[in-house]
Amino acid sequence: MASKSQRASVGLRLLSNGFIIVWVILAAFPFFWTLWGSFKVELDFFSIADWTNALTGAQTLDVYGQPFTGVGYEGAWVKEEFWRSVINTGIVCLFVVCTSLTIGTLGGYALSRSGFRYTFWLLITALIFRAMPPITLVAGYLLPFFEWNVWGILPTTIIVLVAINQPFTLWMLHSFFQNIPKELDESAKVDGCTQFQAFRHVIIPVMWPGVITTGLFSFLLAYNDFAVTSMLLSEDNRTMVPKIAAFLGTTYTEGNVMFAVAAVVSATAPLFILVMFFQRQIVSGLTQGAVKG
Amino acid sequence: MLLFIALPILSVLLQSVHTPHEAVLITSESCGPFGCSENTTIDHDATRKLKSTEPMGRFVGLNIYFDRAHLAVDQVSDAWRTTDNFSTFFGEISDLPFYRAMGFTLTYTFTVTPLLIILGLMIALSVNSLHRHLKGLVIFFSLLPMIVTPLIGSLILFWMFDSRGILGSFLQWLAQDPDLSLKASTLHTWIMLIIYGVWHGAPFAFVVFYAGLQTLPQDQIESAQIDGASRWEQVRFVVIPHLMPLVTFVALIQLMDNFRVFEPIVGFNAEAHATSLSWIIFNDLGGETRQLSAAATTSVMTILGVAILLSPVLLRAWRDFKEKK
Repeated sequence: MASKSQRASVGLRLLSNGFIIVWVILAAFPFFWTLWGSFKVELDFFSIADWTNALTGAQTLDVYGQPFTGVGYEGAWVKEEFWRSVINTGIVCLFVVCTSLTIGTLGGYALSRSGFRYTFWLLITALIFRAMPPITLVAGYLLPFFEWNVWGILPTTIIVLVAINQPFTLWMLHSFFQNIPKELDESAKVDGCTQFQAFRHVIIPVMWPGVITTGLFSFLLAYNDFAVTSMLLSEDNRTMVPKIAAFLGTTYTEGNVMFAVAAVVSATAPLFILVMFFQRQIVSGLTQGAVKG
Repeated sequence: MLLFIALPILSVLLQSVHTPHEAVLITSESCGPFGCSENTTIDHDATRKLKSTEPMGRFVGLNIYFDRAHLAVDQVSDAWRTTDNFSTFFGEISDLPFYRAMGFTLTYTFTVTPLLIILGLMIALSVNSLHRHLKGLVIFFSLLPMIVTPLIGSLILFWMFDSRGILGSFLQWLAQDPDLSLKASTLHTWIMLIIYGVWHGAPFAFVVFYAGLQTLPQDQIESAQIDGASRWEQVRFVVIPHLMPLVTFVALIQLMDNFRVFEPIVGFNAEAHATSLSWIIFNDLGGETRQLSAAATTSVMTILGVAILLSPVLLRAWRDFKEKK
């Protein structure tokens, strides 16, 4: 609680609140604008005549008799088979999260309990991987993948995404496990557990918060990736983001940007929900690195 | 795991010193009634055989590094010799793809990073003085630009900046120029990309600084007040020094992220005016002719760039590590 002397003057309060309002509008307005516009026809979304058309939907009213239309969504989901990419994204995200968490928890636990100084090297690799554009690695993967004939399928992409993500996951979980006191597994071992049993019955029940945070970040990485998925997947196996990029290639010529707009809104919706439910974990995950680093 | 880290880097290195085989040519002489002529045909069998025995291609050493698409040593030295002052020299250099990309990447990195740190700090300070119930809501909306897929976020902004979109129309009205299009000029495109970069990166800085403000020791603020510090002086001499390690952290992360700027260029369709190293690689890899070796060369140079960027941090970490031992 701020003491009385801490309280700011009215002018300053107004200034800072006004600033916050401006920022919130800056941050959120583009999303709502696009959501609103996605139910219009293209002439309203990109209106040359009058910008209020985009709000009222004058052209949409002319064409469909009502100010909202789902044509963009229908075109994207049915005609362009966007649902296929949604399923692909689901598969990729699920497997990336599961695999990297499995390796991450086991590896992170082992590293945090071993006496050897892995920490430095782990941190360095995590840093380097954070810094390197994933596309530089893709350039290295492509030729062997062509040679082995595994290019273009989902499992290859999943493996590559896991590999890119792994150092970061390991580091995050490692620092999380270090916060769990060693005495916890020692007491379990005194009670007659083996090392693995100690992990299974003592550590797993208390590690969920860290695992969820790390899982969220792996999910975001897999979901948001464009460089790897667009290079490594064939046309039928595309996930959402490269699919949207591909829409742009075709739709600009067809004059139907609304497919892409609808697809963008569809792809943003899950992230919206994710932030709504996991805001706390995301914030703590972001700051954890800062406090430790 | 080591396999997946070390092998691609190795593979990139190897590919960068090779180039695709030239087709095997057979020269045959065919003589007709009007004298003999030489015919050159491609021996497909031999070419295929060569390709299958050595899939990497010919070894060319560092040649690719020095060709026009990359370091362009010849062109640069040529420009150095023929031009007499620096501005024309830089003008000529910036036509070369590699230096053009480098120029944009560096400008982007070093403008976006400070801007988003300042913006993030301002947001954090203002949010901190907000009422408790509003904070959650504001944080929720603030997180959106960061969490959203970079490509999608840039598309959303791009559609608004389009000359027929809302911001584009607004700017036209502001400038009283109905033909104003932000896509047409290099400067405007760069500004657009930088605005996107700040919009995308500021939430991260905000969240980190906000968390830092929660750990701010209240007694220091109070003693500063007793000493008669104004609000601005409190921020300047107590809050900012307290947040300094976090500023370094954010700057480091954002330098790395902005150095690999790639998706906004695709989203903003800005290839004509702004390219980055990542985009060059993407461009070489995609398309009909997959120029693997050219892409690999750029990759190696990007990795080197990252290494140079990171080297102070790595050195410091190494020293800390040694001391601990």
